[in-house]
Amino acid sequence: MTRLLSLGWDRTLLELKMYFREKESVFFSFLFPIMLLALFSTIFAAQFDGPAMTAAGVDAGRFFLPGMVSAGVLLTSFQTMALSVASERDDGTLKRLRSTPMPPVAYFLGKVGLVAITSLAQLALLLAIARFAYGVALPSSAGPWLTLAWIFALGVLGGTTLGIAYSSLGTARSIGAVVIGPLLVLQFISGVYLAFSDIPTWLQQIASVFPLKWIAQGMRSVFLPDSFAASEMAGAWEPGRTALVLAVWAVVGLVLCVRTFRWFKRGTT
Amino acid sequence: MTAAVHVHGLTKIYGPTRAVDGLDLQIETGEVFALLGPNGAGKTTTVEILEGFRSRDSGQVSVLGSDPATAGAAWRDRIGIVLQSSGGLDLLTPREILRTTARLYERPRAVDEVIASVGLQQKADARIAGLSGGQRRRLDVALGIVGRPDLLFLDEPTTGFDPQARRDFWTLIESLAHEGTTIVLTTHYLDEAEHLADRVAVILGGRIVALDTPTALGGRSAQEATVTWEEAGARHTEKTSAPTALVTALHARLGGEISALTVTRPSLEDTYLALVSAHSTPEQHS
Repeated sequence: MTRLLSLGWDRTLLELKMYFREKESVFFSFLFPIMLLALFSTIFAAQFDGPAMTAAGVDAGRFFLPGMVSAGVLLTSFQTMALSVASERDDGTLKRLRSTPMPPVAYFLGKVGLVAITSLAQLALLLAIARFAYGVALPSSAGPWLTLAWIFALGVLGGTTLGIAYSSLGTARSIGAVVIGPLLVLQFISGVYLAFSDIPTWLQQIASVFPLKWIAQGMRSVFLPDSFAASEMAGAWEPGRTALVLAVWAVVGLVLCVRTFRWFKRGTT
Repeated sequence: MTAAVHVHGLTKIYGPTRAVDGLDLQIETGEVFALLGPNGAGKTTTVEILEGFRSRDSGQVSVLGSDPATAGAAWRDRIGIVLQSSGGLDLLTPREILRTTARLYERPRAVDEVIASVGLQQKADARIAGLSGGQRRRLDVALGIVGRPDLLFLDEPTTGFDPQARRDFWTLIESLAHEGTTIVLTTHYLDEAEHLADRVAVILGGRIVALDTPTALGGRSAQEATVTWEEAGARHTEKTSAPTALVTALHARLGGEISALTVTRPSLEDTYLALVSAHSTPEQHS
């Protein structure tokens, strides 16, 4: 067990080195939500000048922060995993690892370690920038922070396992399009970049099948005033249902991951 | 001494094709064994079954006493595999990847020692993306040997090497063989097989069609030698099974140095090509 953890930590360090040396991944998964938060807070600042928003203490930064935190969870877990595992399968990295006595679990521990560290660092950066660059008031009681912790953990867990499973749907060449297109659509209909209440009901219902909508809703419950719960689909934050949906997706992801993972390219065994 | 690799009746079928067709093979411990054969003959399929990467349809396979299809980490600990190409390392340095790879094994070689043995000292801390093809291939070999394997698979290890790099590589393989590592080599270079291998096997149509030492393969040593020389400004050529007698006779007749004398036997390449063309019957092409 100690050996397994130590090998998993070795893999984590290696994964982190590769992640941060790949400028594209740093930009498009790690810095992207941070950049969008800055952009949206600036572009839409004037729209939050009205008396209602001002009274509620919600400016553009505070309004978009939950969405960006949610997008960050999705990008650093799901997108990073789907892209990296697909290309590792194609370029022979997985085959090379399989030729060594490495316990397979060590590989997955390395991925989990990578996602945990990058997503936490990203969350910290997002919160710091929201707080210090845009003056967003962060929760002052323990409750919302606790909610943040479990939504974040469940979201990252599900994103990681689903991302690894999803990697089997594409090759290194196609996976970029296979991942980024659907993710972009999902982010829009899940209310990450728009106010969820502005999205037509039927699209909201489609979005409700997927975990991102629930992550975003949970994050809004953390960062927005309670009065905003009225504009949710159910008119409430629904923490219980959120926990249930995210937990189900995490389990589904784990099962899919175990059942579909392949070390070799299709047609080579 | 027990066999490092024992294969009996190995068969692998892809749709209508019998890629490997009842192949028998035995490789002794400590031997350097070369597998030759044109592309599509079943060479890579066979080796990947031995490496545990591919499943088989029938036949018995034992590699270091275990069935590769079910062998676990303890077996992999004793096996080294140099794949035809290994990507995905561009962002790391040779030392970084060797260090994490070494930790996976029970009794690894020292990383610095491995780096030195493949001649990558100058590039040990450089990004792998910047390595030349030959340097990358040497890194592949380093990854294959860092676990101190008892059995090393080398799949076309010197493709794309310049002549000097190839010679250096051969020296490395010889030193591994000298330490007692069993080596299974596939290659398209006949001179490489001749230089390194104790025995060579030729695979055609999924079967072994010839198996012997490089000098004796396909009855090579028994074949006639060709003697050529110059006499009175004309070039003479004679095929003979007794070249020594002919040269002695020439020496006696011509007195002193024989002008432009050569004695050649069919090269391994000639023998190999003759084997390949003899076995490529029309129905195999249809």
